[in-house]
Amino acid sequence: MIKVEGLKKRFGAVQALDGVTFEARDGRITGLLGHNGAGKSTTLRILGTVLRADAGMAIVDGHDCTTEPLEVRRTLGVLPHAGGLYGHLTGRENIRYYGQLRGLKGAGLERAIDELIGRLGLADVADRPAKGYSHGERLKVALARTLVHRPRTIMLDEPTNGLDVSAVRMLRELIRELRASGRCVLFSSHVMQEVAALCDDIVIIARGKVVVRGTPEHILKATGAPDLEEAFVRASEEGEAA
Amino acid sequence: MSRAVRVVFLKELLENIRDRRVIFSAFFFGVLLAPVVFGLTTTFASRRAAQNQDEPLELSVSGAASAPNLIAFLEENGARITRVDYTADEAMSAVRSGEQELVLVIGEEYGRRLALGASAPVDLVHDSADTRTAGATDRARRLLEAYAHQLAALRLMARGVSPEVIAPVAVRMLDVATPAARSVLLLGMLTYFCLMSMLVGGFYLAIDTTAGERERGSLEPLLTLPVRRGELIGGKVLATSAFMTVSLLLTLSAFAVVLSLVPLERLGMSANFGVGVILAIFAVMIPFVPLGAGLMTVVASFTRSNREAQSWLSVVMLLPMAPILFAVMTGTKPTPTLMMIPSLSQHLLATSLLRGDEIPALHVAISVASTLALGALFVGLAVRLYRREAILG
Repeated sequence: MIKVEGLKKRFGAVQALDGVTFEARDGRITGLLGHNGAGKSTTLRILGTVLRADAGMAIVDGHDCTTEPLEVRRTLGVLPHAGGLYGHLTGRENIRYYGQLRGLKGAGLERAIDELIGRLGLADVADRPAKGYSHGERLKVALARTLVHRPRTIMLDEPTNGLDVSAVRMLRELIRELRASGRCVLFSSHVMQEVAALCDDIVIIARGKVVVRGTPEHILKATGAPDLEEAFVRASEEGEAA
Repeated sequence: MSRAVRVVFLKELLENIRDRRVIFSAFFFGVLLAPVVFGLTTTFASRRAAQNQDEPLELSVSGAASAPNLIAFLEENGARITRVDYTADEAMSAVRSGEQELVLVIGEEYGRRLALGASAPVDLVHDSADTRTAGATDRARRLLEAYAHQLAALRLMARGVSPEVIAPVAVRMLDVATPAARSVLLLGMLTYFCLMSMLVGGFYLAIDTTAGERERGSLEPLLTLPVRRGELIGGKVLATSAFMTVSLLLTLSAFAVVLSLVPLERLGMSANFGVGVILAIFAVMIPFVPLGAGLMTVVASFTRSNREAQSWLSVVMLLPMAPILFAVMTGTKPTPTLMMIPSLSQHLLATSLLRGDEIPALHVAISVASTLALGALFVGLAVRLYRREAILG
């Protein structure tokens, strides 16, 4: 469960976020949609407690991102868009490192790693150094690393960038599975089709402001557009004009 | 040590041990480069010293026929005379052009004036800019002076005057340098190499802590883990320190091996370099590790990329060398005040150990305390910088 209210953040002369408000509920997939530079990554970084908001409130599973960052990080699983694996460690060691830093250990940790390796089809490559991985394999390991502690809330920053079709498919399946188990999934994208194919709720963001949010049906009605593609274009333009 | 610090520390060790590039650059300098450079320098120096003593003095003499006694004296004292025929001007241009290294020109007046008991002129033509011939020039000059002194003494005695009249002050040179002390200048290089090898050993790990993680894109996910940033930095600085320590140990061991092969005795030196001294040098050097690790981490955290970090750190690595250079050139003696300067204090302590001098406990205490304090300052600063948002770049 994520709750964001009136979030503001300024970098020098640029007002990156200008009062962002939305909600991402458990058991649902929420898409954060916007052009590059609209404020998606900044929002996710504040929720991930890597950045601090200048004003407003960000709450993850009941914990405030500003006052209880460690609690937030404990409950959250974050997949930033740069995967960032350690090339000289194997896939398994990469996952184990994050598990250990999250306080897992022993047989419980090894079981969780094995399960994820099996589920993501990494068995063949898990014990090879990560520097030789394909793009898809790298994403899978990064995902396993994100999920190793069974987070209740999961954030994915542009996860499908540069993936081939089969990897995108695998990712969608996995995200649906997470929803089915009652997790809250928030993911960002600048591709409308991506969001339309997957999301229960959509938040369209432009110039650091939420332009429109709700279910796909609600968004069609609110913008008066014939399809979501058009709705995104209209909503973004409206945001730019404002 | 907290669990997270340990996890980070072990992971950094594992990752960097597997990186051949890191291992090579971290340990190449200390294990191979420094001792080899040192070994070659000392061997070369000792060869030269040995040569200068044993070899005959090569001397070209013009007008030898008019001074048979002088020539006989020179030959008796180890000079090998080549007879040439130059005027003083010709001799000068021959030496200037490098055709001759050293020419003694005995003028036509020599025999006549000598017989009259007046000063008989000879010219010794040399090139003081040519350091290779400085030894030979010196020897030739001393031989000529000795011959002159001998003649003077004979003339005085012939007139019934004691030769002591012209030596009112009798100077005796008593050299108190112990063989170990004489080797100190050369061995001073050793402390420089030790500090350098420590910094080089931790170089890549310090960069990886910030610039490397950022460039790889692994910094952001790392910062979303429920671990305090101080613990992340702690583990990384520890790993950097471990590499620096290993590098120092390897360098000292390599030096021990090289020094046992180099003929230091021929230089009139002895290396005070037993296992005990090695361990003592290790002990006075080791407080520098956290300082070096903290300093490099701080500098690397300001940079935007690996490459930028590397060029900055190459400059920063020279920083601790400045006080050492100063000390070697001025021959500074250890004092409690100087012990407050890290890197200089390590140099002075290690040099004293090599000389076999006694070291006041106060000096060691000041050196260790000041170096560790500055180290703690830098590590603390590194943690603060890691907490900034700008760390993400």
